[in-house]
Amino acid sequence: METTIRSKGLTKAYGEHTVVDRLDLDIEVGEVFGLLGPNGAGKTTTILMLLGLVEPTKGSIKVLGLDPRHYPLEVKRKVGYLPDAVGFYDSMTGRENLRFTARLNGLDDSEDEIDSLLDLVGLDEAGDQPSGEYSRGMKQRLGVADALVKGPSVLILDEPTTAIDPEGVVEMLNLIRRLAKDEGVTVLLASHLLHQVQAVCDRVAIFVKGKVVAQGTPHDLAKVEEGGQVRVEFRLGGDPAKGRADLESLGTVSDVAAGRVPGSWVAELDAGSLAPTVSGLVSKGADVIGVTRLDEDLETIYRRYFEIHEEAAV
Amino acid sequence: MTAVTGDVGAEEVPAAESLRVGGWRTVASKEIADHLLSGRFVVLMGVLGIATAAAVFAASGGIRDVAPNAQGITALFLKLFTVTADPVPFPLIVFVGFLAPLLGIMFGFDAVSGERSQGTLPRLLSQPIHRDEVILGKFVAGLTVVAIMLTSLVLFVSGIGILRLGVVPTPTEISRLAVWLVFAIIYVGFWQALATLSSVLAKRASTSAMIPIGVWLVLTLFGSFIFGAIASVLSPQDGTQTAEVAYLRTVQSVSQLSPVTLFQQGSSVLLDPEVRTVGLVTVEQVDRAIVTELNLTQSLAVVWPQIAILVALTSVMFALAYVAFMRDEVRA
Repeated sequence: METTIRSKGLTKAYGEHTVVDRLDLDIEVGEVFGLLGPNGAGKTTTILMLLGLVEPTKGSIKVLGLDPRHYPLEVKRKVGYLPDAVGFYDSMTGRENLRFTARLNGLDDSEDEIDSLLDLVGLDEAGDQPSGEYSRGMKQRLGVADALVKGPSVLILDEPTTAIDPEGVVEMLNLIRRLAKDEGVTVLLASHLLHQVQAVCDRVAIFVKGKVVAQGTPHDLAKVEEGGQVRVEFRLGGDPAKGRADLESLGTVSDVAAGRVPGSWVAELDAGSLAPTVSGLVSKGADVIGVTRLDEDLETIYRRYFEIHEEAAV
Repeated sequence: MTAVTGDVGAEEVPAAESLRVGGWRTVASKEIADHLLSGRFVVLMGVLGIATAAAVFAASGGIRDVAPNAQGITALFLKLFTVTADPVPFPLIVFVGFLAPLLGIMFGFDAVSGERSQGTLPRLLSQPIHRDEVILGKFVAGLTVVAIMLTSLVLFVSGIGILRLGVVPTPTEISRLAVWLVFAIIYVGFWQALATLSSVLAKRASTSAMIPIGVWLVLTLFGSFIFGAIASVLSPQDGTQTAEVAYLRTVQSVSQLSPVTLFQQGSSVLLDPEVRTVGLVTVEQVDRAIVTELNLTQSLAVVWPQIAILVALTSVMFALAYVAFMRDEVRA
């Protein structure tokens, strides 16, 4: 696979404070790559270094085969960027803002393109309103259109969904997937919202306090972390205490703990023993409402790393 | 650097394709449109128009009153800009001198801080243009709008003058006005560059406006006091006439570091052919001197230092703003 964004030992320190610590990235063409981490983890700084807007302290970067320090314009010509808390010129309409970006990219005749982009992000009707009147969510959607105006081969999105309503989020995530699948655009998505990253990304790097603590597909990450053991949530009807007793009596599960709702139990078990466990429960007369595997959920890993690193910091 | 680059593979040299040169023009044209449509432009234009009209009516009235005795005054038209008459307490050039800093500050103070507070700076800087094109485009745009305003002001005054006095400016007067106009635009440029510098350094637009306004007030209100104080240290007075002259000369030199003084001196010479010097003149020197008028070349020769210093100050100020902006790092 061809590599689009690659960094090695990428480090940024402000004085004593290291914001990004020896980051290695390898993002392939057409991939949706998630940088998942809490606020202040160094995601934005990493992005700014990829764009050549912040000088790395150490390490090397290649974006589309070019070092952004040497060829910033060539890189910026091909990389669309949606900044966190994106802003627009309030007195200009959404369309005028896009037109300005197009001109800065040397594209003079881009009206059709702008029309279809406004349509794509659902701002076809609001396109001629001053952007000062837009809601935060609308600005964010305009920001996506703005990043796409130049026809980029790489799209870097910094917290693209924070101010968007749930319905809009689904649309946005679908759009991101479509751009990657159909247009072959490589997407780097930085977010602290786990479920969205998990829903849309091919690969994820979990980024905490400037360091990548885990990297891989959501599936791989889960496997590596759990080592054959899976965590399953059983939702059982009837008396919760009886449900728990039934579950434990089967002998296939360990570490039974209360789940998210009353009557649901989270347990660890061998991946191969899931079917026998379920049939065992049924044969004991338990009312099985639902069975959910939790281990593919990044949340567990994310939480764990979070906790470990919070502790380390204290 | 080479060793580091080697880590992630050899670098391809990009083809020189569709990269726009002169992105500053795009920035400038957007900024000019912004300025012309902005509320501050309309307000400034209105205030300027009213104040100018008042000043020029008063001046032309004053000139008409003395017109019978004005035989032989050739540069009568320029008097519109330099004469004081009731009820307006100052001539037009003083008014422009007063207003120019405000114009410069108005069009410079939010150049960068405005982008920051609107959240547009990261987006702008991630476009394929050089950083210097951003600041250059903004500076050029501000000065263009200022040039439009000052030129229309001069034309407005001339129009009223022609109507009220019935005097048409001579070619010499027109060229004097043109030179003065350029001089005034450079003067505004100094203040705009200062305001731009301040807008790079200050994080908020309101803070960014305070710095140049402070400098302007200090130079205007306390300028002579400060220059006097500096001069009295550099050349102490001991009561003799020589020391007194030396002191006054030092005041002169020191005050010429202030763009306010430079503009006043330059304007008075450029718009009044009878002014032969901006320096210290003793009674002996003017005794029995023949009052003649200078031509434009001679006037320019008199104020050449003022023009040169003002251009230098403006360039230095812009260079500082430029460097500050280039070094200003985008922070996460």
